[in-house]
Amino acid sequence: MGFEPIKILYALGTIFIIFNVGMLIQGIVRKIGARVGKRYGIRFYQPYIDLIKNYVMRSNVTHGVMFYLGPVFRLTGGLGVFLFIPIIYGSQYFSNFAFAGDVVLVLYFIFFGSLGMALGAGEGGHPYSAIGVSRGLAQVTAAEIALVIAVIGVGIQYDTLSITEMVAAQQGGIANWTMVTNPLLTILAMLAFLGAMGRSPFDVVLAPQEIPIGPPTEYHSTFLGIMQTNRSIFPMAKTILFVNLFFGGATNWIVLILKIFIVYMWSVVVGVVFPRFRVDHSIRWWYKYALPLGIIAIIVTTLIAG
Amino acid sequence: MAKNFYETTRIKKERIIRVIRVICGEKTEDFMTKEEFRKRKVTGPDGEEFEVDPMKDYFSEDKPRVHSPRGKIIEKFMNWARGESLWILGYGTGCGAIEMRPLMTPRFDAYRYGIQWRPTPRQSNVFMIAGYLSVKTLKRVIRSYEQMQGPKYVVALGSCTINGGMYWDSYNTINRLDYYLPVDVYIAGCMPRPESLLAGFEKLKEMIKEGKCEGQNEYAENFDCYKKNQKQIIKDWDMPDYNW
Repeated sequence: MGFEPIKILYALGTIFIIFNVGMLIQGIVRKIGARVGKRYGIRFYQPYIDLIKNYVMRSNVTHGVMFYLGPVFRLTGGLGVFLFIPIIYGSQYFSNFAFAGDVVLVLYFIFFGSLGMALGAGEGGHPYSAIGVSRGLAQVTAAEIALVIAVIGVGIQYDTLSITEMVAAQQGGIANWTMVTNPLLTILAMLAFLGAMGRSPFDVVLAPQEIPIGPPTEYHSTFLGIMQTNRSIFPMAKTILFVNLFFGGATNWIVLILKIFIVYMWSVVVGVVFPRFRVDHSIRWWYKYALPLGIIAIIVTTLIAG
Repeated sequence: MAKNFYETTRIKKERIIRVIRVICGEKTEDFMTKEEFRKRKVTGPDGEEFEVDPMKDYFSEDKPRVHSPRGKIIEKFMNWARGESLWILGYGTGCGAIEMRPLMTPRFDAYRYGIQWRPTPRQSNVFMIAGYLSVKTLKRVIRSYEQMQGPKYVVALGSCTINGGMYWDSYNTINRLDYYLPVDVYIAGCMPRPESLLAGFEKLKEMIKEGKCEGQNEYAENFDCYKKNQKQIIKDWDMPDYNW
């Protein structure tokens, strides 16, 4: 299949829709969190106003080249994940740039943003940034093992590394979803999802009670605006990946948004219920529980698929 | 060995003289009392030696500049966004700080007005001075204020920021905050209730939307005057003049 320039336009349209979905979900989730705490909470469109305000701040200071590039890398990571995931199954408009081995590239891009952020935040020079970044990389590495095992497991089960084909294999009702056909792998993946979203109990990176905001301590104005933009796209991209791999994908936008919301709420509910791990607890948890579970899951998957 | 001994005594002597000069209230702009701000030689990880001048290398030497507002309609839209998204840097300098906390709780819940708290000066645009300022805290307040990015607003809480309040004849507090930082909104009271704080924020919002809150530009225009006032109070000025 050759390259078609019109696909760029479709991809931009998809990004626009998902950006807005991400912003609204952020606002609604914060609203729900406030209602749980018996507060009225922010207005659901508050993230939009915050974003505009950060982009129109009058002054910027920089700490060097990497400080500039940090948020850019972060946004590149988010968009990179997004652009290689087919969004709507069977639609030629909303398939983005999916190709035969896209799931491997997506795994690479999930890590890419953290590395860029590490370089940028490091140059910011604030001690909390450095602590946040080293914690973040340690935890992402530990959680990544579970994530990779889950994704490779799905690859073994359907004998493919293309997300589109994985979704295709799950069509035809809920009984064909990976969630039903391979529950062990799905449990592992949902644990990995918690790690990837960085919410409590795994929010050791921003860690509001210890290192007030972690890596972005020095980031402000437009820099922060870029990171906020990424914050509405990147989690959505990851959620869509999980929807595609384990919950049968989606054939239209309404189903997709509904599934995104439900899967996203999983991390929110766990975050509201469980308190935060300390970084040593968190990493130990990944190696002690998630890793053995992953090994069992992949052995079972191989036996069944083989 | 002997040389080292004399060297250390000389340094100690210098330090004592410096402290005496500070106590006597002598003008102290010319030297930094902290060792970390002095020029020194540093050896890099690959063995290369280079000179570090912290005041030049780590801090900006530029004065703040005036950022003139853009076109009328665009500026109005921008000001709307700025007004509806107030990110607070709470500075609990005095007893008034305790009235700031209830604003986050279900009873008063300031979040519904677009008011949120940020942990770092870089990301906040409203600086909240909660109560009296001692000479020692004024120094930190100035540093934090200068690290904030514009446009930035200052809300002063309590009578003690207006004229000193019940601390007006105290030996180590300042009386009028306006001499040292441009203040946008005062919330009077000793202490003001959370309701009056909310009213103060509403007032600030109105003023921002009308384009009246240009404190950052005021600070830049009268920079020398503000610095002079600050240095009159802070005798041991051991930080750079510009902290951004």
